Amino acid sequence: MRGFALLPTLTIHGAGPGLTVQDLGRPGWKAQGLSSGGAVDRLALFEAAALLGTSPGQAVIEMMGFGGTFHANADTRIALTGAEMQADIDGTPIAPNRTHLLTAGAMLNIGSARAGLFGYLAFAGGIMTAQIMDSRATHLTAGIGKRLEAGEALPFGADPDRSRQAMRIAPEPRFTGGAIRIMRGPQADFFTTETLHSFTQTQFSRSPRGNRQGIKLDYDGNGFPADGGRNIVSDLIVPGDIQMAGDGVPYILLAECQTIGGYPRIGSVIPADLPKIAQAAPGTPLQFGFLTIAEADATALSDQVLLSQLTKMCQTIVRDPNDIADLLGYQLISGATRGDDLERS
Amino acid sequence: MTTEPELLPLGIDGILVRFARILTEDANAKALRFRDQVQSAGLPGVTEVASSLTSVRIGFDPTETDRQTVTEAIHPLINNVDASESDAKRLWRIPACFSPNHAPQLGEAAALAGVSPDQAVAQITRQTTRVIAIGFAPGQPYLGMLPDHWDIPRQSQLTESLPRGALITAVRQLIIWAADAPTGWRHIGQTAFRVYRPETSTPFAFEPGDAVQFEAVSAADFAAIQADPDGGARCEVLRCCQR
Repeated sequence: MRGFALLPTLTIHGAGPGLTVQDLGRPGWKAQGLSSGGAVDRLALFEAAALLGTSPGQAVIEMMGFGGTFHANADTRIALTGAEMQADIDGTPIAPNRTHLLTAGAMLNIGSARAGLFGYLAFAGGIMTAQIMDSRATHLTAGIGKRLEAGEALPFGADPDRSRQAMRIAPEPRFTGGAIRIMRGPQADFFTTETLHSFTQTQFSRSPRGNRQGIKLDYDGNGFPADGGRNIVSDLIVPGDIQMAGDGVPYILLAECQTIGGYPRIGSVIPADLPKIAQAAPGTPLQFGFLTIAEADATALSDQVLLSQLTKMCQTIVRDPNDIADLLGYQLISGATRGDDLERS
Repeated sequence: MTTEPELLPLGIDGILVRFARILTEDANAKALRFRDQVQSAGLPGVTEVASSLTSVRIGFDPTETDRQTVTEAIHPLINNVDASESDAKRLWRIPACFSPNHAPQLGEAAALAGVSPDQAVAQITRQTTRVIAIGFAPGQPYLGMLPDHWDIPRQSQLTESLPRGALITAVRQLIIWAADAPTGWRHIGQTAFRVYRPETSTPFAFEPGDAVQFEAVSAADFAAIQADPDGGARCEVLRCCQR
């Protein structure tokens, strides 16, 4: 990998506990016991790709709850998508869901999530760590990659189009939980009609317990056990499955779930609503309603269509002089300067 | 007990074909055979065909095909699944050490199965097992089925951790342990075999349906094979892939 040495690098000066490199994962290994993994909020990768004009398959930094401090040794456009995290470049606040130029040496600080849970830091050239099984996604439970730590440096691809127009996008709202669409799975019949009904009538909230493998749901009242006990044959799992552990306590499985499991599953969250689950911070209210299989199937959207829809939603940023905090720093009239040129040189 | 296979949705991009709601050798053989057949059929829009103990999930790209088209294509295959034809494609011979320090629970497991430790080792090494499913941890095989008297329960006290390659048993099955997690299965032997090698071009040693035979080796021989990247295992191709 000689090319590596030529790539610019991103240095991590500080890192929250939930930073990993992610992309769209490595599908196709379910029979071998490896779940596809990848970004928990896939939509955020498509939003970043639409903003930057890049491929949604490029690797990004996923930040669970809290960001970090970074500097790059080459200019690059970046975007922050997913959870809204407090962020600034050299002290100047930057907004999420917009492209920004991160100049070489500037310090990018990303703090805690103000809304949502999983934030994504995307680079125009993508994070370029080594691929394992055709993906750069860290899969912690499978021992692929590891959490990012302060002091590390990651290669990233040079920005292919640094002068591209700055863009912004209004992201699909997904931080407040609410009504979640689910579909029946192979084990829905293992539950009584009453349990299925009561599941859809219960007001849940996202428990503090959760990670890339799944989240627990809190609720008042009785659990949702399968009819006929716990001895069911382990069977195949897909992300989004809602499994009843122990005495019927629901967990929603996410990108890094196991591939087979013996807990009964009442149904699956449809992929279009999984970003709402991913971004539900602890305490967020969630309620579930069954779609018919035909209705659920009709929500399928190809990656290409999703990207083109999001690309159309992007708007170029026209700078309003009122938005420019440091107006005098811009040389609007030849000869007028901030007056501190000598100090800054 | 024979039951009709069930066709069920599993996600907006998948169909699960379940051959039984309880684990039987027949249902597992059918699942493995059916997976082979669907893979060989090369159906348009089918992205992934995965099997578990008694079922197969056919994953498809909903933008290229749809549930009904895939269902119609697999229907004739389901009715023609012949469990008796599921000969293994490959046979693995894997050395295992059953000396006391490598097999701390062999005596206990043998007693539960109603045999002596020596008989237990003889039975486990005489039989050719099959990879009936892979899971819990990447590449980790569930091997079965042992004779009925090996239907021993999991222990209620979990073993906190086991060395990689540990041979463990419960409910007529064996596992070559690859997970970093507690387990209720009993540790009855030790292999030097890595079932999962993410950094290599063949990250997973096993495919569902592979045949596996264990060969007892002495503690001295076991020490020697630990340096071998394959832990002394040999793989023989029995028949070629159909595709």
